[in-house]
Amino acid sequence: MTSARSADLVTVGGIEWQLVVGMEVHAQVATRSKMFCACSATYQGFDPNSHVCPVCLGMPGAMPVINQRAVEATIATGLALGCRIPDTAVFARKNYTYPDLPKGYQITQFEYPLCVDGRVDIPLPGGDTGTIRIRRAHLEEDTGKTTHEGGSSLVDLNRAGVPLMEIVTEADITSAEEAYGFLVRLRTILRYLGVNSGDMEKGALRCEPNISVRTAEQAARGAYGTKVEVKNLNSLRAVRAAIAFEHNRQARVLAKGGSIEQVNMGWDESRQITVLQRSKESSDDYRYFPEPDLPPLRISPEDIAHIEAGLPELVQAKEDRYVNDWGVRPAEASLLASERPLATWFEAAVAAWGGEDGKPQTMALWVTTELLALLHRQGEGQDLRQIADIRVQPHQLADLLTALADRQINNNTAKQVLAAMMETGEDPNAIIEREGLALVSDTSMLDAAILEIFEANPDEHARIQAGEMKLLGFFMGQVMKATRGQADPQTARTRLQELLGSGS
Amino acid sequence: MAAPDLATLTVSGARDGLRSGTWTSEELTTGYLERIRSVDPSVHAFLHVADELALAKAAEADRVRAEGHGEPPPLLGVPLAVKDVLSTQEMDTTCGSRILKGYRPPFTATAVERLQAAGSVLLGKTNTDEFAMGSSTENSGYGPTRNPWDLTRVPGGSSGGSAAAVACGLAPGALGTDTGGSVRQPAAFCGIVGLKPSYGRISRYGLVAFGSSLDQIGPLCRSVEDAALLLEVMAGRDPRDSTTVPEPVPAYSRDLDGDVSGLKLGVPEEYFIDGMQPEVEGRVRDAVEHMAGLGAEIVPVSLPHTDMALPVYYLVVTAEASANLSRYDGVRFGHSAQAGSMTENYRQTRAQGFGDEVKRRIMLGTYALSVGYYDAYYLKAQQVRTLIKRDFDRVFEQVDLLICPATPTTAFEIGDRVDDPLSMYLADVFTLSVNLAGVCGISLPCGTDAAGLPVGLQLIGPHLGEQALLNAAHAYESTTDWHTRVPDPIA
Repeated sequence: MTSARSADLVTVGGIEWQLVVGMEVHAQVATRSKMFCACSATYQGFDPNSHVCPVCLGMPGAMPVINQRAVEATIATGLALGCRIPDTAVFARKNYTYPDLPKGYQITQFEYPLCVDGRVDIPLPGGDTGTIRIRRAHLEEDTGKTTHEGGSSLVDLNRAGVPLMEIVTEADITSAEEAYGFLVRLRTILRYLGVNSGDMEKGALRCEPNISVRTAEQAARGAYGTKVEVKNLNSLRAVRAAIAFEHNRQARVLAKGGSIEQVNMGWDESRQITVLQRSKESSDDYRYFPEPDLPPLRISPEDIAHIEAGLPELVQAKEDRYVNDWGVRPAEASLLASERPLATWFEAAVAAWGGEDGKPQTMALWVTTELLALLHRQGEGQDLRQIADIRVQPHQLADLLTALADRQINNNTAKQVLAAMMETGEDPNAIIEREGLALVSDTSMLDAAILEIFEANPDEHARIQAGEMKLLGFFMGQVMKATRGQADPQTARTRLQELLGSGS
Repeated sequence: MAAPDLATLTVSGARDGLRSGTWTSEELTTGYLERIRSVDPSVHAFLHVADELALAKAAEADRVRAEGHGEPPPLLGVPLAVKDVLSTQEMDTTCGSRILKGYRPPFTATAVERLQAAGSVLLGKTNTDEFAMGSSTENSGYGPTRNPWDLTRVPGGSSGGSAAAVACGLAPGALGTDTGGSVRQPAAFCGIVGLKPSYGRISRYGLVAFGSSLDQIGPLCRSVEDAALLLEVMAGRDPRDSTTVPEPVPAYSRDLDGDVSGLKLGVPEEYFIDGMQPEVEGRVRDAVEHMAGLGAEIVPVSLPHTDMALPVYYLVVTAEASANLSRYDGVRFGHSAQAGSMTENYRQTRAQGFGDEVKRRIMLGTYALSVGYYDAYYLKAQQVRTLIKRDFDRVFEQVDLLICPATPTTAFEIGDRVDDPLSMYLADVFTLSVNLAGVCGISLPCGTDAAGLPVGLQLIGPHLGEQALLNAAHAYESTTDWHTRVPDPIA
């Protein structure tokens, strides 16, 4: 943990209550087939129990076979989170009984996970950096879904056996904002790797914070309060709100002399409060033991090197490169790197336009302001990844900025042209030509227009000739009006001065 | 046709007769089905007889042979029986348990599939101790099987149905499963050959799991050659069972040369214990002498952790079983109590569906894995299991194979041990180390006791040492006639 950040404190009864949060994140691994069988891992939008087979139904005699893709995706995630990859990982059985767990045990990893001891650095508001240590990341199978309807329970096992990565942090998070920042960064990394959609609403990414509070005195001797696990969090905002709520609630309970029970709470989104879900009277006994149907996974240094070589440039490295190599300002760099498709688009545009002399920063501004504004207006949500689907190609934006730099068009025209490009996908030059938007910098045409204006405004012409130079603005306006705004301002000004005989 | 003597017919004999046209598969299959109808009411080796299906497959096999395109598959038209813990899509699979009454699997076990692909005809499913938990077949939820040598005695278990069926000629060969001796011990009790291959040699896919790290499918038959034949058909890597080994499968039956000169045979002192039946020790010592006479070098050896095998086995196997049997919850298949609440339905389904021995083992295993006991029981057992494995590793640096008894006694009386689980567990005391170590073992007849009951000789080989194991067994068998003895006809 760094000291350069501010922990959330709640003061109740004259005591400051510090927040301590550890996070368990479950991320469905985006593979085509399930973790231990060949069934499709797509489970939403299909008839219940249509994506099932003897293995994921837990039929007698059926045996699991490890999905190698899921293992690779988990190792890739571990590497991206700075984890160590031990040479042996072992699947284990976690025993408990529920109808949506067909075998009566979940195949997971217990003593020997795929990834251990990582860390994630996250930017915090105010320029601070937080470090959240990753205790482990392991691979397991998802359960099915039970719905209770009119007194009976219905089980859909389409989701049973979908690969699930569990990422567990140390209790390093000390503010709701930091928890939010951690999850944003984690989600970005998962999306960069293409291992998870990051969709919390649909349950592809699930976060369960373990929340406790303690006094400074407790903290000084390394003691922790009793932790409460919060479930049913369907958005990043909900995670942040639930942590803040629990922080306050626990502080108040303790300040009044009460005690915190080790329980599971659920988040009530409509009321913005946590409610008791299940009390853990005795600690669960899952009777873990090594899965005898699956030999231990041996992971060689070559395997790891191979996966590492296939890793994309990750978010932090991109951000740093934009700032250090291209001179992009941190604010734009951070936004551009936050989603891989956006970064890819931006990099292609820079490649098309050139990376010299402040051009990347100009491009960065155009992308983050104009292009994203248009994208936002066009799309339903604020998903920056939709940039991959827009009609404007990166090289077309480069062409537009070239036209602007060459003063073929002015800034306002460039924005109009970009809007048109978003609609049609046409090249900017085609639009400029067809719509007659090119700036007039033909001096003979401008001269003719200026002389006409002098004739039409003899009074003003006389006054400016007499030295009333503030009328220059009046004549510039007249020129612009006459050319419908397409005169190149700089050329127009030069010609005006020339024809007034005051060019010297 | 020359009518085959089904009481003595072997798998290879049946195959040869089919090849030579001495009999057709339909004739053979009809003969076995009739024999089952007349004899099995007294023995109760079968839980399910697939009359029509078997006859249809036999007719198809005869047709394939008549059409005669190229080399026919190795077991074309040969009738076989299969223990009811192996999944068969075409027949119910109950595992000898009431909880799976009427359960028809949606797929067939790989080993059975391979036998079928080799052309064999399945006669039916044989009786077993419930979920293979037992040493006498008395724990079957559908009544015990009787030993064809003496109907008041047990056939051994848990593959007692398969052993009894082969012993009295209801099938020339059958599949069993061996978790702690469940192929070798009933083979010994019934005077036939039973092979427990190395762990990973035959796919377990479709074998309803009891102790997953110990279970292995094995053939029960009338000759070592038959065991080799069935093994080579079933063995080999299966992508559906990650614990199968990739090593190629030798042509075991072709390479049986019966030459044991210079073979080093270890006699483990720990396998001759106080309290074993003197006649068993006598016959096995005779067999050791016989092997020496054939040219084998006899070497006294020691497996010092043998006495810990029984407790280790019962901790490991019950722990695994407790998880393996969690899926029988009355939700998706098998018996369901249809009781009120979810929890109540679980409780009643399992209370009604499982027998006492299964419940006992689920409780033992659950206990061994529980927080606070895991280290003292499950973990400790795994550590000692490693020591037992090392015993075998070391001894196989000194000798090629081990020779010892398969069981401490011959077949005991039905009802004798049902109320005393510990004495029942002792029936496997010479076989279960082999499963803990993952090595291979074979049991074959080597004599009889005063009551005329068969005594089983056990040979043990290293992991994937099946060829040498079968060779030595074949050498003994081909120079003795114990395997040719059959029980008196059963009316």
